[in-house]
Amino acid sequence: MNWFEKLMPSRIRTEGSDKGSVPEGLWTKCDSCNAVLYRAELERNHEVCPKCSHHMRMGARKRLEGFLDETPREEIAANLQPVDMLKFKDSKKYKDRITQAQKATDENDVLIAIKGQVKSVPLVAAAFEFKFMGGSMGSVVGEKFVRAANVALEHNIPLVCFSASGGARMQEALFSLMQMAKTSAVLQKMSKRGIPFISVMTDPTMGGVSASLAMLGDINIGEPNALIGFAGPRVIEQTVRETLPEGFQRSEFLVEHGAIDMIVDRRDMRDRLASLLTMMQNKPAA
Amino acid sequence: MNPNFLEFEQPIAELEAKIEELRYVGDDSEINIGDEISRLQEKCKSLTESIFSKLSAWQTSQLARHPQRPYTLDYIDRIFSDFQELHGDRAFGDDKAIVGGMARLNGRPVMVIGHQKGRDTKEKIHRNFGMPRPEGYRKALRLMKLAERFKMPVFTFIDTPGAYPGIGAEERGQSEAIARNLFEMAALKTPIICTVIGEGGSGGALAVGVGDRVMMLKYSTYSVISPEGCASILWKSAEKAQDAAEALGITSRRLKELGLIDEIIEEPLGSAYRDIDATARNIRQALIEGLENLDKMGLDKLLDARYQRLMGYGQFSEA
Repeated sequence: MNWFEKLMPSRIRTEGSDKGSVPEGLWTKCDSCNAVLYRAELERNHEVCPKCSHHMRMGARKRLEGFLDETPREEIAANLQPVDMLKFKDSKKYKDRITQAQKATDENDVLIAIKGQVKSVPLVAAAFEFKFMGGSMGSVVGEKFVRAANVALEHNIPLVCFSASGGARMQEALFSLMQMAKTSAVLQKMSKRGIPFISVMTDPTMGGVSASLAMLGDINIGEPNALIGFAGPRVIEQTVRETLPEGFQRSEFLVEHGAIDMIVDRRDMRDRLASLLTMMQNKPAA
Repeated sequence: MNPNFLEFEQPIAELEAKIEELRYVGDDSEINIGDEISRLQEKCKSLTESIFSKLSAWQTSQLARHPQRPYTLDYIDRIFSDFQELHGDRAFGDDKAIVGGMARLNGRPVMVIGHQKGRDTKEKIHRNFGMPRPEGYRKALRLMKLAERFKMPVFTFIDTPGAYPGIGAEERGQSEAIARNLFEMAALKTPIICTVIGEGGSGGALAVGVGDRVMMLKYSTYSVISPEGCASILWKSAEKAQDAAEALGITSRRLKELGLIDEIIEEPLGSAYRDIDATARNIRQALIEGLENLDKMGLDKLLDARYQRLMGYGQFSEA
């Protein structure tokens, strides 16, 4: 505090140096149309731009909170933690990457699963946190997905999964590849028992996640303009040495080619899924 | 430098060339150089032994992709009889990167499916370098379903850099094709034995790799991503492929230690291509023994064990 400020009566003094500036995060820009948006309004709108309907990427927990009824909610296997069994080290240690990602996201790993309801239809909903190491699927994702499916099996309620992932987690090497087989196997079991599984693919759903649980929905749904595919566009471009067609690997492209059933606007997700799920379970409309 | 040999094999190749030369001389001269030849052969053998006793993961990955390494059809010819190749996915086409068909093993009808690479440039292109498109995986699935219906065990041979990253492959649902195979193989009502014979490249390999018994030839590799791919993503430089190979633990020995595979099949000194017949005999033996054990389990137990095995993959803590 300088001598001048000391002279001021305390009630007109303000703390901090950023007085007068706009608080961080009050306004935000749409990635697509560049419109300046009021943060709170954007949140109310499920992170969809009110001007151009662009679907921004959304955190897993926020997504589930917006998707599920407020009560009841019961988180599944929240305490599962990744381990660095291979002592994997590239430019950074895997152990450090885990710690860093956990700090940045406040989550233990990528997948979050909650038993709850949508418009009073009981279900298990899971979502991928893309900010946690690119939503990569390692042992914890595989195990938590299986546990979520097991809760669905046990209570005879459907499973909905919102995926957002770059693919397998390289730092867990072959263990992560095997999660593709593991998650697919539990879906086989659900399918045999006649329990619905709806897969919602959000931006982006690639590699090992798309080539396992994400494409195995009884119903496959894409969010508008989500990138969905096996190989990344850059890898394909380098391999075939030609420019990729317009809209390649986007949801609209996938509907066109018969890979997904429909595109659903995030703001309609609750209504559309509740409607589908009640029909699939031969229940009255929600 | 001989292009048919890898860099670390060059000392062996040179020594062998010298022996050949001496043999040639020996044929038309009166001097007895037999002793010299057998001395050199002995030296060559111990040199090979010493080189192969301390292979790095990177060297192993080169061996797995050796230009002379035997491919699926080389083994099918030697292991099975009456092989009848079956073609097509009944929907789009016939993918040449995956071969499959019925055959007999010790007289018993079986289904054989495997990735197929090409030897020369023309054949490499014909086989798309062993990189399947969706129709390849769908053909494989069709054959597996046939096997299930006619109660034949399924043997798969894995040898691919990965599923093909192409425009058409994406348009026709590469992801779905792979996922569908994982889904169906988890509960296919017949024994499945998978053998990695060369390169086990990621999802493209796993799509025919879910089974009751997973085996690897000693100098094959199995990985979530190629060392080069991993290096360019995590190290931001493809030059670091050697480090990536080491870190990924892609060798049969490492994967056996980690409990991710069941058995390592021996290869002759200097690796499979040095004696394809002997390698094929080793595979055949392992298949017969493996199948015998699976037969004893009965179908219900077999499927239950397969499911438990799949559920057991992964390491995590529960703090």
